Amino acid sequence: MYVISRRIGFYILTAIAAVTVDFFIPRVMPGNPVNAVLAKMQSTVVTPATLHALEVEFGSGTREGIWGQYLHYWYNILHGNLGISTSNGMVPVTTVIRGALPWTLGLVGTATVISFILGTLLGILVAWRRGSWLDTLLPATTFFQAAPYFFLAFLAIDLFAIKLGWFPAGSARNTLDFPALDWTYISDVLDHAILPALTIVVASAAGWIVGMRNVMITTMDEDYVLVAQAKGLPRRRVIWYAARNAILPSIAGFSLAIGFVVSGALLTEIVFSYPGLGFILLSAVQEADYALLQGIFLVITMAVLLANLAADFVYVFLDPRTRREA
Amino acid sequence: MAVGSSTDLGATQGADLPLIPEGPPGRARLRLPRSPKTLIGLAGLAAFLVLAVIGPWIAPYNPAQTFSTTASFPQPPSAAHLLGTTQQQQDVLSQLLAGGRSTVLVALVAGLAATVLSVVIGVTAGYAAGLPDDLLSMLANFFLVMPALPLLIVIFGFLPQSQGSDDVLIGAIIAITGWAFGARVLRAQTLSLRNRDYVESARIIGERGWRIIGFEILPNLIPILASSFLFTVLYGVGTYTALAFLGLVNPNHLSWGGMLFYAQVAGAEQSGYWWLFIPPGLAVALLGTSLALLNFGIDEFINPRLRAAGLSRRRARRAGIEGADRLPRRFVLGVTPVIRSVPPRRPR
Repeated sequence: MYVISRRIGFYILTAIAAVTVDFFIPRVMPGNPVNAVLAKMQSTVVTPATLHALEVEFGSGTREGIWGQYLHYWYNILHGNLGISTSNGMVPVTTVIRGALPWTLGLVGTATVISFILGTLLGILVAWRRGSWLDTLLPATTFFQAAPYFFLAFLAIDLFAIKLGWFPAGSARNTLDFPALDWTYISDVLDHAILPALTIVVASAAGWIVGMRNVMITTMDEDYVLVAQAKGLPRRRVIWYAARNAILPSIAGFSLAIGFVVSGALLTEIVFSYPGLGFILLSAVQEADYALLQGIFLVITMAVLLANLAADFVYVFLDPRTRREA
Repeated sequence: MAVGSSTDLGATQGADLPLIPEGPPGRARLRLPRSPKTLIGLAGLAAFLVLAVIGPWIAPYNPAQTFSTTASFPQPPSAAHLLGTTQQQQDVLSQLLAGGRSTVLVALVAGLAATVLSVVIGVTAGYAAGLPDDLLSMLANFFLVMPALPLLIVIFGFLPQSQGSDDVLIGAIIAITGWAFGARVLRAQTLSLRNRDYVESARIIGERGWRIIGFEILPNLIPILASSFLFTVLYGVGTYTALAFLGLVNPNHLSWGGMLFYAQVAGAEQSGYWWLFIPPGLAVALLGTSLALLNFGIDEFINPRLRAAGLSRRRARRAGIEGADRLPRRFVLGVTPVIRSVPPRRPR
């Protein structure tokens, strides 16, 4: 289909641009990247192996031109080689990321879906009952939206983990547990995930509520909704007619929102010491592990692009107008 | 005039006062709706702006001063230190008051720079159409789908440490990732404006392109522009706080995000040192809430349907509007209640 192939083409171009940006950022910054990294690595011991890894990373040890380095960079990425992580005992970056990625996907994926569904339903309700006490919900959700995610995480830990002791205060599982597919392990993982997931849901649902309410209110003034009401259809059917049209901009706006959610979730992970991408991102920043930093950037970008593509598919499926355009 | 009336709806009909027409309708429409949301947002924003200017001067102590060399834990609030001390035994209240300047400055610079970028790119794309439009839209879409925080983390990671505390530079870098949304909205609105009759006639009488953009189109974009500016400032506050919290901005450069960085280093949430993270976090959240509430006001200004949303019978009665009892108790589909300062006369 024309629309779909156009979108796929756009995402491929964006992916290429992301890799290019990733390649050029260290090279256009003032000064020698190797020296800049070494200056920030005060705490760690620099071994010849580290030095070599850095020189390979930034191409300062080779005599290749910038174009040659760029091609080389692509060659490495296409072969799944993202460089060597200097802060994790010189293992490949891909190994480090592979250990962290499932945790982030599980946490952020689940929380995003819950927050989208919950926020959309609440938005419908607030719009339908406009003028009632539910309108006061909006300023309250605004506060949660405006507060930094990680501040909410601070509060959640202080209140629910330390003061009340309902949930564990950090990490993703008990260190003593052995990963297995039995109930002890699964319930333990869930127990550790509830508080961070709750933080992400509370912080991100506000955006969906407000967006859905605003579109829903506009949609409710459409003639077809009035006709449905005038025909005496049950209220539930009328709401359904309005809601399924009002939800389209929410799905179209998904691409904008997903970036915010991912960014916020990374910071939430840091506060909770949740061993996902955000957590290793922080250690990469602190240990000046730039290969890992760039690798994480690439992986997150690709994941976000895939999520966008999925949202686009859903949109084309839901809105026949986009299909007719072709 | 009725004394103490908080609203001019229906309350101004004094017996011996002549009815003063409320000015031309065009002028009246330029006013922002005086909803509580807008007013609270404006007041909050003004308070934070004042704090940004005078904060460092009214701070009781030098925020960097160390008060004790013997204490090794953050001290809880006391008479001498109203919000306690940090791990380094510095006064939290002084840091809070002085840290606002950097946060507000970075956010404003980011908002301004991003708005300028979004106007230049969005309006050009919308007005030019054709190939330039395709290319510029593609650029905006590219920045929209790129996850901003990871990109900024990579950029700041390579930024030389000496430049990590330059507020204007930080704001400008944040703006690079924050202009695209505004550009997209502005482009869409420009597209719809450029084919209207009055723009068409301006073109026919031979006005130049820049004049049409500057005098015919831009004034009609102002509400959207204001909304996108506030949105970007809000984005700047959050992003700068996040970057400082990660320690990517020089942590000795005082800001609310930097205070949260030190709170995390001290393990504040695990040890119950609430005075380390609640004051800066609350400050950021309240600043953000003010911006968002003001943005709601502008949204209601752009889309009047959102404005009518708040009209319940109770609220109308509280505002002292005659005929409030005839309003439906709850929103009814197909009926949009409208307040008139003069209640409509009943036919005899």
